[in-house]
Amino acid sequence: MSSNGPPGPYDKVPAAQVPKGTQTTSTPSADTAGMDRRGVLRVGATAAMALGSVALGLGLRERGSRKQAADLPTIKDHRADKPAGATDMAIARGPDPAANVRKAIEALGGMGRFVRRGERVVIKPNIGWNRTPEQAANTNPDVVAEVVRLVVAAGAGKVWLTDASVNTPEQCFGRSGIEKAAKAAGATVVRPDASAFREVNVSGKLLRTGDVLFPFVEADRVINVPIVKQHGLSLASMSLKNWYGVLGGQRVKLHQNIHLSIIDLAAMVKPTLTILDATRILLANGPTGGSLADVKQMDTIAAGNDEVALDAFGATLLGLNPNDVGFIVEGMKAGLGTLQWQSLKTVELGG
Amino acid sequence: MFRWLRRSYQVVFLGFFLFFVLLTTAGLIRGYDVQWLLEFDPLVAVTTALASHSLHHALLWSLVIIVPTLILGRFFCSWICPMGVLHHALGFLARRRRPPDRVKQNAPRPSHKIKYLVLAVMLGLAAAGSVQIGLLDPIASTWRGLATSVMPALGNLAFGMYQGERHFQWGTLITLVFFGALALNLIYPRFYCRVLCPLGALLGLLSKFSLFRISKNPEICKGCKFCGSECQGAADPQGTVRATECMVCLNCIESCPRGGLSYRFLPPVKFSTTKIDLVRRKWLGAGVAGAVAVPFMRASDGVEPRPNPARIRPPGSLEERAFLEKCLKCAACMKVCPTGGLQPALHEAGIEGFWSPILIPRIGYCESNCVLCGQVCPTGAIEKLTIEKKVGEMPVRPPVRIGSAFFDKGRCLPWGYQTECIVCEEVCPTSPKAIYFKMETITARDGSQKTLKMPFVDLDYCTGCGICETRCPVVDRAGVRVSAANESRSPRSSISLTGGKI
Repeated sequence: MSSNGPPGPYDKVPAAQVPKGTQTTSTPSADTAGMDRRGVLRVGATAAMALGSVALGLGLRERGSRKQAADLPTIKDHRADKPAGATDMAIARGPDPAANVRKAIEALGGMGRFVRRGERVVIKPNIGWNRTPEQAANTNPDVVAEVVRLVVAAGAGKVWLTDASVNTPEQCFGRSGIEKAAKAAGATVVRPDASAFREVNVSGKLLRTGDVLFPFVEADRVINVPIVKQHGLSLASMSLKNWYGVLGGQRVKLHQNIHLSIIDLAAMVKPTLTILDATRILLANGPTGGSLADVKQMDTIAAGNDEVALDAFGATLLGLNPNDVGFIVEGMKAGLGTLQWQSLKTVELGG
Repeated sequence: MFRWLRRSYQVVFLGFFLFFVLLTTAGLIRGYDVQWLLEFDPLVAVTTALASHSLHHALLWSLVIIVPTLILGRFFCSWICPMGVLHHALGFLARRRRPPDRVKQNAPRPSHKIKYLVLAVMLGLAAAGSVQIGLLDPIASTWRGLATSVMPALGNLAFGMYQGERHFQWGTLITLVFFGALALNLIYPRFYCRVLCPLGALLGLLSKFSLFRISKNPEICKGCKFCGSECQGAADPQGTVRATECMVCLNCIESCPRGGLSYRFLPPVKFSTTKIDLVRRKWLGAGVAGAVAVPFMRASDGVEPRPNPARIRPPGSLEERAFLEKCLKCAACMKVCPTGGLQPALHEAGIEGFWSPILIPRIGYCESNCVLCGQVCPTGAIEKLTIEKKVGEMPVRPPVRIGSAFFDKGRCLPWGYQTECIVCEEVCPTSPKAIYFKMETITARDGSQKTLKMPFVDLDYCTGCGICETRCPVVDRAGVRVSAANESRSPRSSISLTGGKI
């Protein structure tokens, strides 16, 4: 206790020094016997603090940061019912890519077989690379634009067009000519910004969950529009391999087992329709290409709903035996289609 | 009236500046000359010309500022300079309420001469071959601050919707310098402009010749000093106007209650002064200090800059010495790089190359069909390339190489872990691919035989673009990495015998 200066909070102040008017009338025994109003308030505040911290702690407790695969949305099966006697696969040849698309779809029974009025449709070309159409690393923009026009004409309520590019998306969407052509034809182009992905349940053999471009989660119909290319690791990149492009994140890890991961993704996205672009095909240095010397003009479009059959046909264009291509064989084993494309009801037009 | 006219110019030019920095983005830029405000900067022209003994043609635009400054004075500071506008706007931070206090804040001080010494140091450095002006030049530092600090911070908050996620190594240093300069307004209004700005100093020197000046009619003036309470440049309008400090904001004319001040063509000499009051010895001392610093920096970095594996320069960069004679470190190339791989150097390019651009492939690669960095470079440190020239056509025309790829066989999945991969081969953009594979049969741990695709690099085709390193699935340190070796800008960097002189 300090002997001089003003009294501190713990100093005992002699009653004689307490200024007049501040003396309390309560006796020492009253402090212990019952609580005055301030005491009640203090107890209440302490209780509120205690309850509040318990509630806050319980509210913030970790519940496991990883979402369970089962809690995530899945991509539904987009395949359309096949009308009796309908054609399975159509191959159209001719100098005009757009006309080839029209002829092939017509032979399958028209776009109305796949897209109904008001449905929301996502179109998935290959827009992986910062390359021009002539370099044949991306789907031909005229083919993509014609597909968009047919889908719009079939009365689709919404037409998304998207891909998760490998090179810088702005440059891929620009230099490929696809963004401009698709917008002019009436599509909503979705660039693969970080905000465009949703986590989904893949439940594949290798992949449990994955971040997928949102139109694939929301759409009623999915149309795959790949290009035929040579690929160093998987030998070829066509319909089934094109589903790599729905994924964001660390997809380069998939190459450690490329054939099975292709099948996991293809089993996740079962498209309504696939239109295989072989207007120009890339024979070497794929999937990037770059030199016109690697490109072969084929003027061919193949369409159908059996991706395995279409890829088997595409493999022959690259000079490959479909039985040597791992993901085609695995795709057949997984029940995604048949390697014997000649066994299907096929129509060949033109050429 | 003047005040609103000036404010509208300031808003328009700051808007232009922000707009063109924002436009410096792949997908938006097209062919626009987004870097024009840097090209208008006289100090950029003077220092790069001093260092490289040549003037990049775009920098002739600086005459558009130099000639009017000779006529009108330092109008640039109050009407155009984006950093000047920001400082002008932040002048309220320490602005005193009472006009007599403001007169004291805006009084000329000996410290205002420091900027002339800064300029002399910078010119000395440049004359000896080192351009460091970008560190303090208001246009270059505002560009850099916005491009590598403000916009990434805001853009990443918006889920990278504007330009994707962006980050710049140790960009915090740039943030501190940029906002530090703005925070100097807490000492007194426009501290940076009055005390430190070397561009302001250069324009101040040019203003010695100005034909239009503020002048005071002594018969009207009653000495109320309201003019001094509003003066941006601390140019002493209540006394004898200092033409070298006057930023032509025209506040003095506006604030004079009696109309005693005017901005006039050739006013009588006695109403203004062009004296800076720095003895020749100090000018010389500062200039020599700058020049002498250069051999000391080179005693650290090497007279011919020592090759550094991480010093991967943008495609089209001049040979290292010539590059450093022109690079401003304005970060325009870093802003426009579509992958975000161009980064401000810390130690990688030596002390002279601090904040100059280098490619860090783990962050982003050099897009093969892209020449945007050369398009936006205001000084020609990075030459404008065409895509055809950059990509080349082997074996007739070699590509522009910025380095080359090397496998780290302990970390590469096929080499080190006997695991299938070759993502590097898939993404390799050259044709034929610089990264190729050979089938090799290996014995696995359990004794079984398996055939794997083993990747190799062909130096003849590798451009050092770094996409293999960017996309390598081995996280943090990749299994294939790019170094600057074999870059085509210098024959000294060549590693293959066929690549050039010994």
